[in-house]
Amino acid sequence: MEDLSRFKQTYFDESAELLEVAEAGLLRLTPGEVDSDEVNAIFRAVHSIKGGGGAFGFTELVAFAHEFETVMDGVRNNTVPVTTELVDTLIRANDLLGQMLAYAREGDPAPAGTTDGTVAALRRHLSGGAPQVQAPAAAPAAPAPAPVYADDEDDEAGLFGDAMAAIAAARAEEDPVPPGKLRWTIVFRPRPDLLMSGNEPAFMLRALRRLGDATVECHTDALPNLQNLEAELLHLSWTVTLIADADVDLDKINDVFEFVADDCDIRITAEAPPPAAPEAPPPVTDPVPVAAAAPQAVVAAVPEAPPKTLGADAPKAEAARPRPNGGGAEHAGLTSHTIRVDLDKIDRLVNMVGEMVITQAMIAEHVRELPPGEFQELLEGLEQLAQHTRELRESVMSIRAQPVSSVFSRMPRLVRECAATTGKEVQLVTSGETTEVDKTVVENLVDPLTHMIRNSIDHGLEGPEERERVGKPRAGTVHLSAQHRSGRIVIEITDDGRGINRPKVLSKAIEKGLVQPGATLSDEEIDNLIFLPGFSTADQVSNLSGRGVGMDVVRRNITSLGGRIGVYSTPGEGSRFVLSLPLTLAVLDGMVISVGEERFVLPLTNIVESLRPKAADLHGLVGKCDVMMARGEYVRLVYLHQLFGIPGAVADPTRALVVLVETEDGSRLGLVVDEVLGQQQVVIKSLEANFRRLDGVAAATILGDGRVALILDVAGLREMSRHMDSRAPRPPSSPVAALPAPALEPV
Amino acid sequence: MEPSVKKKVLTVDDSRTMRDMVSFTLKGAGYDVVEAADGQQALGVIGANKVDLVITDLNMPVMDGLTLIRRLRATPAHRTLPILMLTTEADEKKKSEGRAVGATGWIVKPFNPEKLISVVQKVCG
Repeated sequence: MEDLSRFKQTYFDESAELLEVAEAGLLRLTPGEVDSDEVNAIFRAVHSIKGGGGAFGFTELVAFAHEFETVMDGVRNNTVPVTTELVDTLIRANDLLGQMLAYAREGDPAPAGTTDGTVAALRRHLSGGAPQVQAPAAAPAAPAPAPVYADDEDDEAGLFGDAMAAIAAARAEEDPVPPGKLRWTIVFRPRPDLLMSGNEPAFMLRALRRLGDATVECHTDALPNLQNLEAELLHLSWTVTLIADADVDLDKINDVFEFVADDCDIRITAEAPPPAAPEAPPPVTDPVPVAAAAPQAVVAAVPEAPPKTLGADAPKAEAARPRPNGGGAEHAGLTSHTIRVDLDKIDRLVNMVGEMVITQAMIAEHVRELPPGEFQELLEGLEQLAQHTRELRESVMSIRAQPVSSVFSRMPRLVRECAATTGKEVQLVTSGETTEVDKTVVENLVDPLTHMIRNSIDHGLEGPEERERVGKPRAGTVHLSAQHRSGRIVIEITDDGRGINRPKVLSKAIEKGLVQPGATLSDEEIDNLIFLPGFSTADQVSNLSGRGVGMDVVRRNITSLGGRIGVYSTPGEGSRFVLSLPLTLAVLDGMVISVGEERFVLPLTNIVESLRPKAADLHGLVGKCDVMMARGEYVRLVYLHQLFGIPGAVADPTRALVVLVETEDGSRLGLVVDEVLGQQQVVIKSLEANFRRLDGVAAATILGDGRVALILDVAGLREMSRHMDSRAPRPPSSPVAALPAPALEPV
Repeated sequence: MEPSVKKKVLTVDDSRTMRDMVSFTLKGAGYDVVEAADGQQALGVIGANKVDLVITDLNMPVMDGLTLIRRLRATPAHRTLPILMLTTEADEKKKSEGRAVGATGWIVKPFNPEKLISVVQKVCG
């Protein structure tokens, strides 16, 4: 049994997956429309957890899983009706099963009475339908033993006859049983169709030989003549004389015929050595081996370990067996080949690839200074290196990619709970669950999504009566979707509720001093007020969204992931929240730009184009910033050197470059820079983790020459330029100057 | 007593843990093991391998154990192939169902390694 403990990890991993399967299934379980595939899947999940748990001796877990399984079996057989209460009980049971797994994993016994309440609740559902509650599976019963001593009623044809017994008895007289041993006489006559069940008498005889010294005699008396012989039927029977140690008991012999007891006539008799008492220790002199009547039948006895109850310690015999070599690594016949890898290892790999990207950039930097035309092969080699580095990076990133379904799958439960608390009817629709994102992003999605869905149900959706009044279906719909869009993942949460109540939001904001009284705000601006810190439209702090977490926290979470959040609402029709996030938090495709002596990186996804404006394209707005006419549209100009207080930069846009950038919501900005140095993959180093958060800056990176460059956050720049006169110079204590370059640690 | 030519056992179970454990135990006892995660896959594996014994779970997605046994027994080549069912304790109903469709015998889940090997030896040597 010790050997199997190596599979515990697999078991816990698999069980975690099975719990999710069961939960997802349970959440879809609706009274009245029971899908038998779904129910079967839940049953199997619980069943598998129980089965594996038994193998590791987790008796409490198994006992509980058994109760759970019994009810699922009732659901499967339509003896337990599916009601809302039942589903609630089953969901609780599934949670508890997870807890029991956690206890088992830690090796702790569950506190006394942990399962009592849930078991009682489960059994209540059974009492109506299924008549019997099966005994807990704590001590798995051994298979029912074959009938003890075939009785004479079974010997219908009298085939054994007294003759055979007489033969055995006669021989017993001739060959006395050695001391300390028992002689068994086993008469075994299978029914003719035994072979059709795949059973093979030869193997049973061989199994008997393993129990001791066996003499086998074959009886051919029932063999028909050749004309009547049917090859697939069995016409032979056997008498086996077995001299075995005293610890071989009737159960062990019956065990051999375990599968065929009902298809055979079996008679077993035992005989102890005449003089010695059965308990007497065997004499020191070795017993003389019994003379074998049929020489080919004598086989050295293979000692068999005494029977064990399952879950016992490793049997002694196990130690004598050859140690298995492989770990069961071959999975022939299975279509998917996967391995489980420690996340730390992958993170290390990601880090190393990041360092490699930097090194590669460094080499490229140096090579640029070589005299042109002389090192053609070196340059080609470096070109390839760059290509391979990129591919390596993508491969490594894809290892960490995970479908968002791991987050989405938690939401049905949340919706269910919210609906119950608010008394609303809610239908959750999800799409794009297979969209893959880096696992760090996926993990960080849980909290914002949880909050936003709660928010949609609590604030967005109307109650069923109100919905009916305005001609909507009683049940509101929340749609959660994910998709890849231009190198980012876009997640949308849409509800068909009442939409944002703008007058209320505005008056609330004025009341809280967030907006000046009498200010005129566009609809979009009003909608965005809900992201302001301390803002809440709930008249009363409800259980759901009033947990001290507002949309401002959601926005902060999203921004810290390098993402953005937008809200779009139509009164009476509903609201849509749009999250846009990077696919990975580790590496970014960027454009390196220079401003004075400083270098910045712009995410490639933000860049539309770069151009050198003519004087005629530029317009100054009095007391405000400059704008530029680009492609028939006025674009606000942002002077990076002013924003960050960098001396020595090109100030005249007609001599500098304007990089046209676009944010997720489509608004454009023209960044005035000295030069565009080139495209490069950069490894993102968190500024917050290593320094502190800076407005307009998403993160930092290390360039090929070892210099630290800030990665710009375009949306942040827009915010900055909106709230200040971009012509006003920044105070000298600019973040760039304050940044301690070498202190940066890898993300 | 180990067979000179390794016998090949097909283990069919939707639980990876269970497949791993059966596989590990039998390999340790000198058997070749191939795996399948449900009855449908098992039929594929049997089509591509000559197996001497099938050990199948009963509850599986796609195709369950009883259906698998029925399908195998319906094929002349597998009329006498030993097929063991992995059943849960106290599952007498399943045992008799299994016997009715032609299962050779059963292994009680959870199994212990030595019991598994002795059962396997009993039906395929």
